[in-house]
Amino acid sequence: MRRTGPLVVAFIMGFAMIFQYFIPHPLSQKFYEIMVQQWLIIISIFLYLFGLRSFTLYHYHKVRRKKEGWYFSLIALLAALITVIIGFGTRRGPLFDKIYDYILAPLQATMFSLLAFFIASAAYRAFRARNLEATLLLVTATIVMLGRVPFGAFMWHKLPDVVEWILKYPNMAAQRGILIGVGLGMIATSMKIILGIERSYLGGE
Amino acid sequence: MWEKLLRLDRRWIFVLVALSVLIPLLRPLGLPMRTTEPVLNLYTYIDTLKPHDKAVILVTDFDPSTMPELLPMAEAIMRHCFARKIPLILYGGMYPTFVGMAKMALSRVLPDFPDVKYGEDYVFLGYIPGTSLIILSMGESISKTFGNDYYGNKLDSLPLMQRVKNYDQVALVIDLSGSGTPVWWIIYGYQRYGVRVGCGTTAVSAAQYYPYLQTGQFVGMLGGLKGAAEYETLIERAGIPPGRKTASIGMDAQSIVHLMLIFLIILGNIGYFIVRRKR
Amino acid sequence: MLLYLLFVSPPVNVHAYDTPDDAGGSITVEWSPPPGVEVKFYEVYRSCEGGPYEFIGKFIGSLHSYVDKGLEDGKKYTYRIRLIDVNGDTSEFSMPSSPAVPSPQWFKKGKLNLFIAVVLYFGFLIFFVQSAKTGKRLFIRRIAGLDALDEAVGRATEMGRPILYVPGLGTMGDVATIASVNILKPVAKKAAEYETPIIVPNRDPIVMTVAQQVVKEAYLEAGRPDAYREDNVFYLTDSQFAYAAGVDGIMMRERPATNLFMGMFYAESLILAETGNMTGAIQIAGTDAVAQLPFFIAACDYTIIGEELYAASAYLSQDPKLVGSLKAQDLGKAILMFLLLLGSILSLCNIPLILNFFRTL
Repeated sequence: MRRTGPLVVAFIMGFAMIFQYFIPHPLSQKFYEIMVQQWLIIISIFLYLFGLRSFTLYHYHKVRRKKEGWYFSLIALLAALITVIIGFGTRRGPLFDKIYDYILAPLQATMFSLLAFFIASAAYRAFRARNLEATLLLVTATIVMLGRVPFGAFMWHKLPDVVEWILKYPNMAAQRGILIGVGLGMIATSMKIILGIERSYLGGE
Repeated sequence: MWEKLLRLDRRWIFVLVALSVLIPLLRPLGLPMRTTEPVLNLYTYIDTLKPHDKAVILVTDFDPSTMPELLPMAEAIMRHCFARKIPLILYGGMYPTFVGMAKMALSRVLPDFPDVKYGEDYVFLGYIPGTSLIILSMGESISKTFGNDYYGNKLDSLPLMQRVKNYDQVALVIDLSGSGTPVWWIIYGYQRYGVRVGCGTTAVSAAQYYPYLQTGQFVGMLGGLKGAAEYETLIERAGIPPGRKTASIGMDAQSIVHLMLIFLIILGNIGYFIVRRKR
Repeated sequence: MLLYLLFVSPPVNVHAYDTPDDAGGSITVEWSPPPGVEVKFYEVYRSCEGGPYEFIGKFIGSLHSYVDKGLEDGKKYTYRIRLIDVNGDTSEFSMPSSPAVPSPQWFKKGKLNLFIAVVLYFGFLIFFVQSAKTGKRLFIRRIAGLDALDEAVGRATEMGRPILYVPGLGTMGDVATIASVNILKPVAKKAAEYETPIIVPNRDPIVMTVAQQVVKEAYLEAGRPDAYREDNVFYLTDSQFAYAAGVDGIMMRERPATNLFMGMFYAESLILAETGNMTGAIQIAGTDAVAQLPFFIAACDYTIIGEELYAASAYLSQDPKLVGSLKAQDLGKAILMFLLLLGSILSLCNIPLILNFFRTL
């Protein structure tokens, strides 16, 4: 019974949403509005409470048991608490802006900029002309990298045009191929869930 | 020797990357910048607008993670408008974390233009919920849509907003975005109300907007750090104070890092082949 | 001649009709510019049930149709239009359109082709699943990344270190995340059997709830419900780069021997994979985010690409019903490939037959 309930809900809602898509009538629009725009939002907001509970318990246990790196957990708990207090207390006043400008912005930008370092080390380690395909990839990547910076145009003025061509044709064709396969796979997975063939997401057979 | 080089501690590579970013930042090389068509189109469109006439709306639809690429664009376009006395409506974007970016750009540009007056030469609109609906609603009335500006002043009390009612008095909307929002401006702003649209986007997203450039739905486009750097070069050539030119300096760094990467890849491959032959 | 200069001719052929395939409350108006006039703007006016004409909007000269919304179903509406030319002169009003009545429809005729495709695809799926049930064995090609899962779990056990399972940034609405949860089940079961801890940091609270359920169930099936720790399947944060930082921190502190990245990933993919490479973990990634594939291929030992990820639960369970569904997918793809090829050839010969079939409104 614990399994049948969710399967029945998935079956009914799945088919209802498919038919809804093909029916323009206001009744069908209303159904979409209630189910997706209201229920889904309400349910997902409540689930954030689970997230908050999990976050608090996880870090609390780490601090209490003094597990490795417990002080980071303490910082996480305090940071969350302080941001909430300032956000509510000052109604997004200047102090809240300062948290944004001087803490959130540099932290996000720092994590993003790590990419530059990691791309370099990954390229050095893994980018090898092992076979024909890998060699093609290597040569193309080099051309695109050069063509996107002023130095490339400085070497050969036509290089940016070559890069443009690579992006417009071969790149686009490959992307479309993968996308079509992915699209069909998505439909099949959704159908399997609606029909109850795929049920591992419920925790098992 | 080669085996050792192949197993090089990656921290040495990090040092190399850091140096190839830092050195050009501290001592810019000033490599010549070739301007590309989409950037030139946007620049020329703004440059030929009449002063004190129709307004330009600049939208900062991005957050700190894509700031390095998009913030220099916001600054350069703002400088261009202020210098040419083109009324500017700065709109802090469609999501709450975006408005800080508009504020940051403003605080960097304003000191160079002491004669620019708030409410007459520019207006700052803050966040309101509604995303694409806002674009539609602005077509009827901008001041009714927002009510107040970012600082809480009634929009109707500002001289600029008494002149600019809706898109009829707007020459161009420029959406700077790391996501798909520029297309919303085409659908709801251009197709419905006929307001012209331009965009600035990250290098990763630039490729997906070429079809809209070709059809003329975008007046022009700034793509990635390179687009921002080209715009900085263009306004500097026109005698407008370009500020710190963060994008152009960044381009030197990007050139050197790309070269360094290519060097590392070649080195890695030479080592790989030598070691493989030995075995 | 003088008359022509003084009077700008009004728009012609003003035609109003109920907007097709909609929820009602809307009428489409179409018109044409009079010959020889360069139009700057059109002004559209509407009358309801023979009442006075109201101004409803001003549109640019290149627009020749307008969808008027917010009307009342069952009432008669007529329209007339005047234009303003490039010199700023306003024309007379056009002849009023014949009356149109808005009404809602029950089926989007423009999407009939899509409906047929969905029904057909459903048919294939049910057919192949049924024929698989009769015991016919279907061939399924090897997927190295999925074969390596066992080895990866085994290695963590040998080294006495945990397994890190990253379900990505997606929500339960993303097929990649659903596929990820499908892979989590057998991995967690194996981990439970070997008594190796499995750590699952989450970005979405719904995915977290599902992951907790799946892991708990896996431990139960392995006969080790006592070994399940709720603290190991937890919520980290919903900010993209904070999530990346958090997962990196776990890799550096807990030093998992095996990292599995399955699901949706964006710019943080390489930040995660390269950190894992630094700690010397064996890494398997699976995603349908095309732009992130090169990064995973460079930094991971195995990469499961796009559809292979979706096929994972069929592959791992070898359940005939699931394997049968893969066959339906293949047939769908073959038909689509054939139609693409045919469409391309026909359009080269200037026959837009297939193109028109694929067009939806």
